[in-house]
Amino acid sequence: MNIIVCVKQVIDPEAPPSSFKIDAAARKAEMRGAPLVIDPYGEYAVEAALKLKDAGGGKITVLSLGANLQREVVKKPLAMGADELILLEDEAYTGGDAAATAIALAAAIKKTGEYDLILCGREASDTNAGQTGAGIAELLGLPCVTLARQIDAAGSALKVSRVTAAGYDIIELPLPAVVTVSNEVGEPRYPTIKGIMAAKKITPVVWKPADIGLETAKVGAAGRRAVVEKLYQPVHEGKCDFAEGDTPEEAAAALAGKLREAKVF
Amino acid sequence: MADYQGVAVYGEARDNALAPITAEGLGIGRKLADTLGQELACVLVGASVGGLAPEAFAGGADKVYVVEDPLLKDYRTDAYVSVMEKVVKQAAPAIIIMGQSDTGRDLAPRLAFRLGAAVTMDCIELEIDTASKRLLATKPVYGGNALAVYTSQADPQMVTIRTKAMTPLAPDASRQGEIVKVEAGLDAAAIRTKVIDRVTEEVAGIKIEDAAVVIAGGRGIGSAEGFAQLEALARLLKGAVGASRPPCDNGWMPDTVQVGLTGKIIAPELYVAVAISGSSQHMSGCSGAKTIVAINKDAEANIFRHARFGVVGDWKKVLPAFAEKVKELLAA
Repeated sequence: MNIIVCVKQVIDPEAPPSSFKIDAAARKAEMRGAPLVIDPYGEYAVEAALKLKDAGGGKITVLSLGANLQREVVKKPLAMGADELILLEDEAYTGGDAAATAIALAAAIKKTGEYDLILCGREASDTNAGQTGAGIAELLGLPCVTLARQIDAAGSALKVSRVTAAGYDIIELPLPAVVTVSNEVGEPRYPTIKGIMAAKKITPVVWKPADIGLETAKVGAAGRRAVVEKLYQPVHEGKCDFAEGDTPEEAAAALAGKLREAKVF
Repeated sequence: MADYQGVAVYGEARDNALAPITAEGLGIGRKLADTLGQELACVLVGASVGGLAPEAFAGGADKVYVVEDPLLKDYRTDAYVSVMEKVVKQAAPAIIIMGQSDTGRDLAPRLAFRLGAAVTMDCIELEIDTASKRLLATKPVYGGNALAVYTSQADPQMVTIRTKAMTPLAPDASRQGEIVKVEAGLDAAAIRTKVIDRVTEEVAGIKIEDAAVVIAGGRGIGSAEGFAQLEALARLLKGAVGASRPPCDNGWMPDTVQVGLTGKIIAPELYVAVAISGSSQHMSGCSGAKTIVAINKDAEANIFRHARFGVVGDWKKVLPAFAEKVKELLAA
């Protein structure tokens, strides 16, 4: 099976919130002192692809879009066990919305020619939108299941378990298809030393907008439909009333007393 | 753009009634429609959903579009996108509101791409810009570390709304409206997914999304056995037990009780966070709680920036004494 996994380079969402800073003028955020990472939701998609490869073989191509993509960051899926890396890397790709991103990714996927399954994370940890997978599916005319917690291949079809509020649905669909992957799929594996060495030897393919047949007016900020008017940090008052005591037990009793007094219970 | 008028809310059913998220959508939808001086519609899609129309009128709708077809029994992307595309072309609403639910998460983006429109997901605030009359949609980004305000120049302007972020209207049973039936016009062969099974993994007792009191534990609880202590406190306060993501990922607790951006978004009266550091992604799920109480051994933990009351200490020592005192005070 030919699997394409879309991943994104993002600021580290696991970095402490105190290192989070906003550049309001540029409507962008950064994590001071924290390195860039592969989006964790994308890593779950990589893990899902590797599980399918473990079970039935195949080739995993990783696809990433952006500018200034750090090679050691975007190569992590290769170190985890993916086979190839295609980068849509150009200044023109930046500042796009879900539409601009999905249009470029779909064009690149089409150019690869051979694909059975396209995997994306359920959403990206920066925009928290969760639109790219559905967008790629619509643009390529493919069926799509979102929020997968388990994917099993069954010949030319897939059986996908999809997370719901009450539990999960089991859905069958034909290939080729798009599936977006949720964290319930299981912790992404760590890169092995062998994987890291192999990843070093792989040179990523880089495609500019012209390489995937797109005018620059269709990609990045120029191709977007939704615009960020304002980006800001919500203020938390931070007025915590700490219950104290000489021992943890005393503090705990004092807490219960405070809550009772405030009629919280 | 002038062709698009009014606000439409996608109606979801739960237990043969309108889902709370739809009542919330109608609440904010009514406000937006009134600001624009335009109509509020509700769109009901399913095998047999027309009976919910009076509830939609009572919740604020002026008009209800009903699409019924046996093929619409289960939610399936291809069928629902096709039907919604048809309704949108007929109704031409300027704004479409859906819930950030299992269905909305799947349907909204695909429909937006089908329509050549843009959708802003998981909004917590919606208002009409006074000058441009366009929709300003505010949503958390960067896992809740920041808020972004989006606009779209394309019509219809689509959004999904976060659970419990909007206020429903008090139902007014005397409100009437117009029902418009729309043919589904579906081709069974064009629906590519098949729902084989729907598995319910509800935990025993009160549902976390309905509970007035939620006792939640984080990575620091350390094991499934640790959560049994949280359950004892929850029983005492007639509440439910929740968890941040690590306990669910580790299998200590079922995924259905995960509180956070990718789990349940809840707004209980009381939320007790035990050994939870309070990442933005977790806070997205519980910041609507009326009172947050935190027990954490790290005085610098982010949770204390959100908590109204707190204790710095090891939960293993604090929790039993806390539960004991609560029991005593309740008995008094």
